[in-house]
Amino acid sequence: MAERLLLRCRDIPELRRLEVYRRHGGYEAARKALTQHTPEELVEMVKASNLRGRGGAGFPTGMKWGFLPKQSEKPVYLCVNADESEPGTFKDREIIEDDPHQLLEGILISAYAIKCHLAYIYIRGEMELGYERLWTAVREAQAAGLLGKNIFGTGFDLDVVVHRGAGAYICGEETGLIESLEGKRAYPRIKPPFPATHGLFGCPTIVNNVETLACVPHIVARGPDWFRSIGPEKSPGPKLFCVSGHVVKPGVYELPMGTPLREIIYEHAGGIPNGRSLKAVIPGGASMPVFTPAEIDVPMDMDSVQRAGSFLGSAGVIVMNDTVCMVWALLTLQQFFHHESCGQCTPCREGTGWMHTVLERLEAGHGRPEDIDLLLSVAGNMMGNTICALADAAAMPTRAFVTKYRDEFEEHVRLGRCPLRAPGERRAHAHG
Amino acid sequence: MPTVEIDGRRVEVEDGLTVIQAAERLGIEIPHYCWHPGLSIAGNCRMCLVEIEKQPKLQIACNTRVVDGMVVHTQSERTKAAQRAVLEFLLVNHPIDCPVCDQAGECKLQEYYMDYDRQRSRVALADKVRKRKAVPIGPLVMLDQERCILCARCTRFLDEVTKTHELAIFERGNHCEVALAPGKTLDNPYAGNVIDICPVGALTSRDFRFRARVWYLEETPSVCGACANGCNIQVFHREGRIYRFQPRYNPAVNQYWMCDPGRLSCHELQGESRLLEVLRRTDDHFVVADWPAALDAAAAALREAPAEAVRIVASAKAPNEELYLLRRLGARLGAAVGGVAWSPPDARGDDFLLKADKNPNTQGLRALGLSPEGALEREVAALESGRVRVLVLHRTDLVAWGDAARVRRALEAVPYVVVLDTHGSETAEYASVVLPIAAYTEIDGTFTNHAGRVQRLHRAVAPPGAARPGWQVLAELLGRFEEGLELPSAARVFAAIASEAAAFAGLDYARLGAHGVPLGAADQVAAGSR
Repeated sequence: MAERLLLRCRDIPELRRLEVYRRHGGYEAARKALTQHTPEELVEMVKASNLRGRGGAGFPTGMKWGFLPKQSEKPVYLCVNADESEPGTFKDREIIEDDPHQLLEGILISAYAIKCHLAYIYIRGEMELGYERLWTAVREAQAAGLLGKNIFGTGFDLDVVVHRGAGAYICGEETGLIESLEGKRAYPRIKPPFPATHGLFGCPTIVNNVETLACVPHIVARGPDWFRSIGPEKSPGPKLFCVSGHVVKPGVYELPMGTPLREIIYEHAGGIPNGRSLKAVIPGGASMPVFTPAEIDVPMDMDSVQRAGSFLGSAGVIVMNDTVCMVWALLTLQQFFHHESCGQCTPCREGTGWMHTVLERLEAGHGRPEDIDLLLSVAGNMMGNTICALADAAAMPTRAFVTKYRDEFEEHVRLGRCPLRAPGERRAHAHG
Repeated sequence: MPTVEIDGRRVEVEDGLTVIQAAERLGIEIPHYCWHPGLSIAGNCRMCLVEIEKQPKLQIACNTRVVDGMVVHTQSERTKAAQRAVLEFLLVNHPIDCPVCDQAGECKLQEYYMDYDRQRSRVALADKVRKRKAVPIGPLVMLDQERCILCARCTRFLDEVTKTHELAIFERGNHCEVALAPGKTLDNPYAGNVIDICPVGALTSRDFRFRARVWYLEETPSVCGACANGCNIQVFHREGRIYRFQPRYNPAVNQYWMCDPGRLSCHELQGESRLLEVLRRTDDHFVVADWPAALDAAAAALREAPAEAVRIVASAKAPNEELYLLRRLGARLGAAVGGVAWSPPDARGDDFLLKADKNPNTQGLRALGLSPEGALEREVAALESGRVRVLVLHRTDLVAWGDAARVRRALEAVPYVVVLDTHGSETAEYASVVLPIAAYTEIDGTFTNHAGRVQRLHRAVAPPGAARPGWQVLAELLGRFEEGLELPSAARVFAAIASEAAAFAGLDYARLGAHGVPLGAADQVAAGSR
């Protein structure tokens, strides 16, 4: 795909400004949606496009919208999940900072489709620039009549509020986000009920990821058939891949869904630098099971990656070369999940910390032979047994790292130190 | 009405019931920590995970509604493995300080460990997260953060029931801790309930801790006598001593809760001022007497005085049986019987359980036709008239309750005063004979609560010293005027009430049950006395 859509900001300077955005056809899809389509038609259009959520779970967006009650006395809310904080993931940030109107146009069309008149953008607290640029864009759109009352003369009203998070990964979980937006501690909610019926302030609510909503104007402008023609039909569309780690050109790449992982690493990102070789790659952000070099001939779409034993997740591709210690890599991940577990459910609260402790001693060379199976046992006891997916997010990488690189874990125990560094050498930890 | 199959047994239940509740109907306990029937569903402890056919993942029984045809397995290998896993996780950072923990013996961690876990620990003590221990967080509650399993029962109680929000959960992951919200202290009048609902030793009672191991205590169901609400309680006692009150579930009265003043009122019942001896005045001092002699003396005084010179005062602190017998004694003698319901001037109620009326049986008094309205003034005025020769004061401390100087003057003018009471008082100083009677935790009987619900008292402990149940004392006194009177039990006295007092018509002592029965005519009684 030569043409960039989601990342048009790379080709058009100052696209974040409304005037530039409109000069390049901005808000025409929204005008078309609001003036030529009923909300129901738009829901059908998004269903027909097979658009699936870009936040990590890959749930069909149109189907999610369809779960809203047909008749409701209560207002409907749209919450935009801009709490991008999965390690290895930095795609939404570029849209937010450099093409905020693309997001707002997607919000406008989607809000119209689900009959919502107040949308909240929940943005990760650390994204200060994005927060400012979003508010600037919202004010521009309000001044131009693209937000506020009677948009395009259709009688449709929409207000958008940008709300900053305060630094917790769990706020990216959709019900944690809702709790946080309500001013509470971000404990993910037990389901049922689901947000579509009991969401923000107990009202019907849709939570969509930034990239997901950014796809919507293009679906309206070019039609669902066009969208479905990009990549595999069941999980189609343009996709942003975040490539980080040991590659020549780390960064965000807009490629068709289904682009092979090998092509992403070796062609688009330029391969592994300094004559080193690939040792491991996480395909979908820190939560997803790691691939060995033998496993990278996988098309990067939701179903194919899942068939290969991992998940596309947030498409955060983390590349590790042969200098990386797998015990240390897993320790770094578990340090994160331990720090970010909200502590609500017993298995996650206790399991993340426990795995962290065991990995610390393994990495330091104080591990015991039984620690390796202990990690698998703890991860197994966490899987599937909690309110939200954070426990799985911590357990899945543990299982994959320990299973696929078990000899390296055993080597740590046998030698009483990391085999990849000289005795006495200290490794820089994530926390310094 | 969906039908669910649990462990091979089928039960039909009403719509909306959860798996944990449906299992309860079958007598199957699904272990749980965070779920409490009086609170919202949190679903965080994960102890109630069960296997449900056609569901790929285990489901929490507390938040899964029963649907028709559902098949649940609480004993399958998958369910058992999850229970073992959750218990192991709960104990990862638990200090295992049971030998010095006051919860031992009623701790759900101990119980479930024995029932569902029994594995050796895979965690070294040195690896455990340390938190604060023995932190007083209010007058009644002690917090141990290391023992806490973060089930959020306490915070939900304070958010949802009292809406006072004193406690919250801070930090994240295994550093999570329950603590006081900034600037708060846990001093609302219902704070003690968090101790009862805490399933582990994280919240213990500063009043009860270290005073008795619970496995030594016996339990007797009763009704709290600290106010008119009549909260159902469980009395915990050993060798004649009461150690604590805890609320007992009654959906019509107090649900799962009780107030702190009621909870702590167990101490006053066995305080130092209890009357332990039968006393008779000789000249200017009291001498210890025996029961028959004292009752004979009182009966003689009553017999000698003209009916219009005898006055009997009964208070709403007395159970129905004692009030009835006093009324019957009055009728027999042709004497006036008055009823008093006194509360301290600073007594306050609220819109939950606490009632401003600090008497447990004011409605019983009314139902027996002894209206307490203006009673205190009426009684004092009657004494001041100088016509009263014999006065019977039953659980009535006139000096403390009225204008003390005025009451003292009036009492001095009465030649013969019979005092029946549980505790000593200045009023008793004016007695000719003092008859020590049992407190409500020491007798069988009934109270009628503010809403007209007649509820059973059960004898938990023996009356102290020479004290005897009030109904027994009054029946014996009455027997000195009624030939062949036979009222050998509180049940028999109650049967007499039910047959003679219209308000109690139809009530059967044996059928009052654990939750009591409303007076048939409770509404008219309340309206008529207003």
